[in-house]
Amino acid sequence: MSFAWARQYEPKNGFTKWVDEKLPLPRLVYNAVGAGYPVPRNLNYMWNFGVLAGFALLLQIVTGVILAMHYAANAEVAFASTEHIMRDVNWGWLMRYAHANGASFFFVVIYLHIFRGLFYSSYKAPREMIWLLGVVIFLLVMATAFMGYVLPWGQMSFWGAKVITGLFGAIPLVGESIQVWLLGGFAPDNAALNRFFSLHFLLPFVTAGVVILHIWALHIPGSSNPTGVEVKSESDTVPFHPYYTAKDGFGLGIFLLAYFAMVFFLPNFLGHADNYIEANPLATPANIVPEWYFWPFYAILRAFTFDFILPAKLWGVLAMFASILLWFFLPWLDKSPVRSGHYRPLFRKFFWFGLIPCILVLGYCGGAHLSPITIALSQIATAYYFLHFLVILPIISSVEKPEPLPYSITDAVLGSDKKPVLGENTTPAV
Amino acid sequence: MVRIIGILTGLVFTLAVLISFGVDTYSNLTTEAEETAEHHFHAEPLDVSFPHDGPFGKWDTAQLQRGYVVYKEVCSACHSLKYVAFRDLADLGYTEAEVQALAAEWQVPGIDPRTGETVMRAAEPTDYFPSPYPNDVAAAAANNNAIPPDLSLMTKARHGGAPYVYSLLTGYEDPATYSHDGERLLEAYPDFEVPTGLYFNPYFPNLNLAMAPPLTTTGQVTYEDGTEATIAQMSKDVSAFLSWTAEPTMDDRKQTGWPVLGFVLFATILAYLSKKQIWAAVKPAKRKH
Repeated sequence: MSFAWARQYEPKNGFTKWVDEKLPLPRLVYNAVGAGYPVPRNLNYMWNFGVLAGFALLLQIVTGVILAMHYAANAEVAFASTEHIMRDVNWGWLMRYAHANGASFFFVVIYLHIFRGLFYSSYKAPREMIWLLGVVIFLLVMATAFMGYVLPWGQMSFWGAKVITGLFGAIPLVGESIQVWLLGGFAPDNAALNRFFSLHFLLPFVTAGVVILHIWALHIPGSSNPTGVEVKSESDTVPFHPYYTAKDGFGLGIFLLAYFAMVFFLPNFLGHADNYIEANPLATPANIVPEWYFWPFYAILRAFTFDFILPAKLWGVLAMFASILLWFFLPWLDKSPVRSGHYRPLFRKFFWFGLIPCILVLGYCGGAHLSPITIALSQIATAYYFLHFLVILPIISSVEKPEPLPYSITDAVLGSDKKPVLGENTTPAV
Repeated sequence: MVRIIGILTGLVFTLAVLISFGVDTYSNLTTEAEETAEHHFHAEPLDVSFPHDGPFGKWDTAQLQRGYVVYKEVCSACHSLKYVAFRDLADLGYTEAEVQALAAEWQVPGIDPRTGETVMRAAEPTDYFPSPYPNDVAAAAANNNAIPPDLSLMTKARHGGAPYVYSLLTGYEDPATYSHDGERLLEAYPDFEVPTGLYFNPYFPNLNLAMAPPLTTTGQVTYEDGTEATIAQMSKDVSAFLSWTAEPTMDDRKQTGWPVLGFVLFATILAYLSKKQIWAAVKPAKRKH
């Protein structure tokens, strides 16, 4: 699909004509991220993070494949081989720090990308499929990151693996058998390390496949935009290239500045000291914590402390998985016809003063030492998290009176005397 | 339908977590939390700086050489340094011949090429620092069941890094006179006792450390450069040395970082200018949203 006014790819010489006939790959690229893809002209910088997430995935694959050339997935030598990479492999320290910090930056851009989707309700029709695939990508990236953290075989690797696979032990009746089956043993050891390495290598390529579907699904309705009003005419759009390639290029520069500052000057800031101690099944660390990007979910896991009908541990596991899986239902939970949070006064209040502080509190509590205060805070925040998505969002979407929308994107950008019309954005895309 | 199921699910999770909250709050209000001495009297690492700190910091090779002497004369009696090879000592400013001579001062296990029997031989630059004990059981047996940890990564493996190591080495105190934030330990916890075989050190997480004070007298080691080997000096030098063993590539990292950041900054400015130029034609005057 495309808008009627989308530019068409025209092969210029004999060779490109020949290629276009046999395998129209240049045409595909032209239509996907070239001048053939008309994009709303009013995208703000929040729309940079999709491209940046793709870049981060590529960065992780490149540095990861190089690390895999030197890493040995065996519990006897995994820790030593990581130190071998740090000390003896040429530029090995750079590859490892780039990969470890690359994971953190991948999550930074993914979270900002999801934040954008939540505030501008990008998940709403006709873009539900893009959102669903995005949640799948997020789950894949989480699994990949978790297994990657196990590979250096430090104390946090080992105990993190033990805690997370232990969650499956909470399943009634079959839980412990499943846990043993997943680990290939009663505790994380060589069998677990090897399968984690294998899957850690595989899943990024699966992710790349789903990313292609994500982008494909995006090109059916075209990109959303900050007004949430659908594209109506050619004047609402600009070609992706050169307009958004230039804008993304600048965004990439900012991303790389922050990323390299961390890699070269604070490479261990986001890591945990205990992971520089080799895995020791006999010594439990004082505070087992995952990497920062899992903290909010870890706080939800630890918030359930009372056996209310079900065991507390099972509640925690269910809630942790539910906290992400509920995103799959967002397009149908939020029925407001207006997309952008800019025009939704009630939604906006709950978003900025409810959801955002709630997630920050969860993030803080997930990383902190357990204390009565952090547990109480994460319990309140967990309650709000579920209320927000499952109760508040459906209710405000039916009681809220949205603010007037601009007639069109062009209107919003250039201004006009036309009266704003509510509900115009519900017209399906051409 | 989705919304009804959603609201019900949301309420169930909310109810379950709020019950947990209620039960926890009730028990917190009715039972008093137990305060522990280690919670109260644990001290944060001292604020000590090293020449290699910060984005412009570099190794002070003279200091690392002094630290190596402390490791060799004192720490190596109990602690291994298994990820460091003698060839790495070239980083400390030694020539190839000097590295060879330094390595030869150490004995490592080897194999007699004629008989195949295990023997001890002088180390070569390609060898790694030997462990003082043949195995963990021997290490535990010789140290009251506490295996002395390998020191290669020590400054990275502890919160607080090199300042923590320095604080620990200089921080042994008599618990009878120890006070923290103006509060005396024995006044707050009159029955506080250091278990036999352990040593009181407020910088250690549980206050009692299995390692006896290793640096006890000025002049315990002799520095070739004439620096006076006070306890503080030795502690600082060996902490710096262990920062180097934890990350021998640190100088490379920082020196590579600046040109990379410079290049990316330049490229980002160019990207910004081209973006501005490309958008000039379609960008209207600023307006909300």
